Amino acid sequence: MFKLKDIKSLKLALYFIIPFILILLIKYKISKNDSEYLALKKDNPNANLSSNSSNPNVKLPDSIDYIFHVKPILSDRCYLCHGPDGGTREAGLRLDTKEGAYAAIGEHLDKHAIVPGDIESSRMVARINSTDPEQIMPPPSSNLSLSEYEKKILTKWIEQGAVWKDHWSFIPPVKKQTPKVTNANWPNNDIDYFILKRLEEKGLKPSEKATKEKLIRKVYFDLTGLPPTLDAIDAFVSDTDESAYEKVVDKLLASEAYGERMASNWLDVARYADTHGYQDDLERTMWPWRDWVIHAFNSNLPYNEFIKWQIAGDLLPNATLEQIVATGFNRNHKITQEGGVIDEEYRVEYVMDRTNTTSTALLGLTMECARCHDHKYDPISQKEFYSMYGFFNKVKEKGRIDYDEIPEPNIKITDKEIEESLAFIHKPDSIPDIKLMVMADDASDRQTFILKRGQYDAPTDKVSLGTPKAVLSFPETLPKNRLGLVDWLFDDKNPLTARVAINRIWQQIFGAGIVSTVDDFGNQGALPSHPELLDWLAVTFREKGWDMKQMIKLMVMSSTYLQTSKATPELIEADPDNVLLARSSRSKLTAEMVRDNALAVSGLLVNKLGGPSVKPYQPEGLWAETTSGRGLTKYIMDSGENQYRRSLYTFWKRTVPPPAMITFDAASRDLCSVKRQKTSTPLQALVMLNDPQLIEASEHLAKSMLNAETLNDEERIKQIFRKITSRFPEADETNKLLDYLESSKENFEANSETSEPHTDKHDKELYAYTVLTSLIFNLDEAIVKG
Amino acid sequence: MEELNKHFINNNRRHFLKKLGFGIGGLAAASLLDPFSSISGQAQLSSATGLHLPHFAPKAKRIVYLFQSGGPSQLDLFDYKPLLDKMRGQDLPDSVRNGQRLTGMTSGQERFPLVGSNFKFKQYGESRAWVSDLMPYTAKIVDELCFIKSMHTEAINHDPAITFFQTGSQQTGRPSMGSWFSYGLGSLNENLPAFTVLLSRGTGRPFSQPLYSRLWGNGFLSSLHQGVQFRSGKDPVLYLKDPEGMTRGERRKMLDYISELNYKQEQEFGDPEINSRIAQYEMAYRMQTSVPETMNIEDEPEHIIKMYGANATTPGTYAANCLLARRLIEKDVRFVQLYHMGWDQHFDLPSQIERQAKDIDQATAALILDLKQRGLLEDTLVVWGGEFGRTNYSQGTLTDTNYGRDHHPKCFTMFMAGGGVKPGFTYGETDDFGYNIVKDPMHVHDLQATIMNQMGIDHTKFTYKHQGRRFRLTDVSGHVVNDILV
Repeated sequence: MFKLKDIKSLKLALYFIIPFILILLIKYKISKNDSEYLALKKDNPNANLSSNSSNPNVKLPDSIDYIFHVKPILSDRCYLCHGPDGGTREAGLRLDTKEGAYAAIGEHLDKHAIVPGDIESSRMVARINSTDPEQIMPPPSSNLSLSEYEKKILTKWIEQGAVWKDHWSFIPPVKKQTPKVTNANWPNNDIDYFILKRLEEKGLKPSEKATKEKLIRKVYFDLTGLPPTLDAIDAFVSDTDESAYEKVVDKLLASEAYGERMASNWLDVARYADTHGYQDDLERTMWPWRDWVIHAFNSNLPYNEFIKWQIAGDLLPNATLEQIVATGFNRNHKITQEGGVIDEEYRVEYVMDRTNTTSTALLGLTMECARCHDHKYDPISQKEFYSMYGFFNKVKEKGRIDYDEIPEPNIKITDKEIEESLAFIHKPDSIPDIKLMVMADDASDRQTFILKRGQYDAPTDKVSLGTPKAVLSFPETLPKNRLGLVDWLFDDKNPLTARVAINRIWQQIFGAGIVSTVDDFGNQGALPSHPELLDWLAVTFREKGWDMKQMIKLMVMSSTYLQTSKATPELIEADPDNVLLARSSRSKLTAEMVRDNALAVSGLLVNKLGGPSVKPYQPEGLWAETTSGRGLTKYIMDSGENQYRRSLYTFWKRTVPPPAMITFDAASRDLCSVKRQKTSTPLQALVMLNDPQLIEASEHLAKSMLNAETLNDEERIKQIFRKITSRFPEADETNKLLDYLESSKENFEANSETSEPHTDKHDKELYAYTVLTSLIFNLDEAIVKG
Repeated sequence: MEELNKHFINNNRRHFLKKLGFGIGGLAAASLLDPFSSISGQAQLSSATGLHLPHFAPKAKRIVYLFQSGGPSQLDLFDYKPLLDKMRGQDLPDSVRNGQRLTGMTSGQERFPLVGSNFKFKQYGESRAWVSDLMPYTAKIVDELCFIKSMHTEAINHDPAITFFQTGSQQTGRPSMGSWFSYGLGSLNENLPAFTVLLSRGTGRPFSQPLYSRLWGNGFLSSLHQGVQFRSGKDPVLYLKDPEGMTRGERRKMLDYISELNYKQEQEFGDPEINSRIAQYEMAYRMQTSVPETMNIEDEPEHIIKMYGANATTPGTYAANCLLARRLIEKDVRFVQLYHMGWDQHFDLPSQIERQAKDIDQATAALILDLKQRGLLEDTLVVWGGEFGRTNYSQGTLTDTNYGRDHHPKCFTMFMAGGGVKPGFTYGETDDFGYNIVKDPMHVHDLQATIMNQMGIDHTKFTYKHQGRRFRLTDVSGHVVNDILV
């Protein structure tokens, strides 16, 4: 590992430049005032209700919409006691169904919570406005309350006739005509009409196009997770052809790196890891499944097939080996080997995990809330949860495995099979045959019972396999197994599958989902910012044969995508979270991209597809200090090429995940995860400044620049800056960096004078260029897409 | 009001700067932009989420949680049961076990021979608390301690049990206790993270139960609130150390250039995230000084080192970590979480626990006394305990001198000190077999509720909405145990 002392020895020199920039810095408040956020949130249906409602000056909408204005309040503040869960329902009143909300209540059935158009007779109005602690709803003991604004919304809704609508996401999407817009020149494709329509309604204009440099950087990261090379940037910038951009997009979609980028996201969804995850956290071999995922994306396997193979590949008639390999998806959950655990307790957890993963990833529902009781917010009964659970409850598997045991069911994959039909598995010759966990209904007689309070040892009523009827009843014609479940998922009448999938793809490309709660399309989830666009996309996705590349191309070819991420103060004030997309979101690189970018631009990246997971640099001792002495007790760093592979190949030990990745908000892989946090922390700064991998990349890039002997300092600085940020530095930036380079050289000399005179000019140059490169890696722009 | 406050803070910031000039004062000013800081970051956080914390005046501002990982044997340390000596070797009556589920490690055992402790118990202090010979230093400070003899939990295996203690749920994915406090109350200082973690390996059974970094994870809270591990060795916080050969002056200079160039970007793109990032770099810079300063115990006088014991100067030991914990508390770190591994003593318990108790006894007592003599104990809560207790019968063969004990969730002992809990007090009682609780049971959620209460938080009101549901540390249960509070 590279150390600065190798090129420079020194004595301490106190060098304290007065940080005059701090004058500038303090002039600026770290973040805009809350009130500005509130201003947008008052008419943003996505906004969090509690913050919205705390402002008494917010004007009520003229027409109250049940879905956008009323139900979010009812769900969040009332459903706990007046919602779907019959077990905790108070006073026989339920507000989550039309019949329930209008029904007669009270001892003599002479009262009504809601009488459409009649405030006086609606008990709800009196109760929510009461000042009597015995009467007021919600009651003080719930720790919930309604703001004045919310009370007015509910009241006005009743006044206007209390019009009921069913939950939006349970109504199958319908493709509406693309809307008419005033500025008809702007749209590139259908997406833009929907976006522009809302902007025009709000009196906003789309932003200008991003520069070509910014655009190519963004699209490279979004589609491949890697930065463009300088040659690629130059070629694009100088290509005046109208289809120049489309050519880039097509090239990226056809590149192998596309599959790696898509797989990075799917590994979070699939909670993929290289260890079992509980307690001693032993190693497992699931990377061949990961190789399949990359292959599936690259060969553009349609989404319905992609899911079908993973959920039920083993049940397909004449299932191919590849289809069986794909079912590894549902074996990625954690497995314990802890001595003394009760086998059934953990077996049940594994089935729960599969059920919850299916629900979160494919349906956007928080079904796990119905494990112990009926769902508190959504129309999913506990019985329905276990009906769904039943699909995954037929695997003959152990709850506790032994150390050294490869959990069953599994398949052995031979070299011959790889050669014949599984060429996508990049198995080195040096390792023996692979045993891979897969799915099988080899305990097909196992019955499923409702588990009281979700506990493994408290079975009550037997249930048959099925699905939540509020979403779509399970058709009698379908086989009652995982294959039938997939058919149900992709039934034209299933209202969720296409929306949830396309929303997640949208999140990948635009930074946030049209439904920002990508994991919750239920009553407590966010409402879509562009409902008609979401439905248009969902139906189009299905109509186009679930073609993922085609949908992604549509998104990145839109004028919406092409916009700059520059935000005017007015725009920030009008839409701080960029819900309306009057500009591009200035998205940060993911954990994988941060490291891959450094490796790629410095020339260190070893771009090799697939194979066993690798162990690049990580700080010493992390595994050793928490180990029990069994399993993976020590992290042994790989040598050679494997230090420089793309980050999606980094060995993932669940109980001690790669620290720099976790610091940059990578998912823990303990459970299915469809959205990562986007934080900015001091620990991230420390990684960027000091991670030996980043320092090594800086040095490597510095060296290659110094080897280009014909270049002068200014030219070198421009090249380094461009490689890392994809754009030319402006004159003042170049000067600043030249200034820094010069002072680093001086500093080196100052520090070296009294030490051994072995330092030559080359060392000085290398030192100065290394710290300069490190500086540029630490610019905000270096970890931003475009 | 909120706006006025902000205005005030901003004005003060400028004022502050003018007074001190732009050198070191500049750095301090930048710290006001810091997300860990109680001033700016927390004010924003609270108003943005409507937390309005604390709910009431706190008794404690800081916590040291001394987690004894593996499950210490209450029957050999604090819960004295003479009946077990009398009945040594006889079977645990079914009427006492009453169907309690057993771990797979002893469920196959033909016999469950009762066993008392090999170690002598005596009563100490004015409070007459029972302590075994294993804990002579702790015995001397019993009048500072509040023992809870009636802890009970729901899990019988390590992974779920320790996860339950730390996050309120046996399933993974929820925030750790320290993360909740960091999120809810913010940081009291501007140079160190609010939630720090220290690990040590016991000598009792050095390799028994592992730890998992998710135990101090932020779950669904922002990763700003994850526990930051302070490690022994040259890089006490990961990536803290500048590359070898780089001076602090050079680092400062680089940061100044970075900030300036970033600021230019902010002007162009108007992204407030950039300012946040500039502030993060300043915090990182300050941590580079403050963390090694905290870790360096050279300025500790001899008599203090002596108090904590010989191991206090050996980095990475429990004693060294206790001393560090005191230093962190002195610097107003909100939550210091220690883990000491090695309490999972299924076999050869007498010899293992002797070593293990020696690891922790003196340093634990020293920490409490040291906090007290500095006036910090009154608003610092110290918590000591493991994830469950151990059985009153021997796992494996019982001999005249040797025995082991399996996990026991139905009763175990913890103790607390400072932070407004009753000193010299014992709460709860177990039966003569040391198997069941007969008086004042205290569930894990009750403990968590009580700890929150001492920090000024009503555990039922402190929630975080995630996937549509309001989560809290105590899940859906838990009561504050007022009987143990001053």
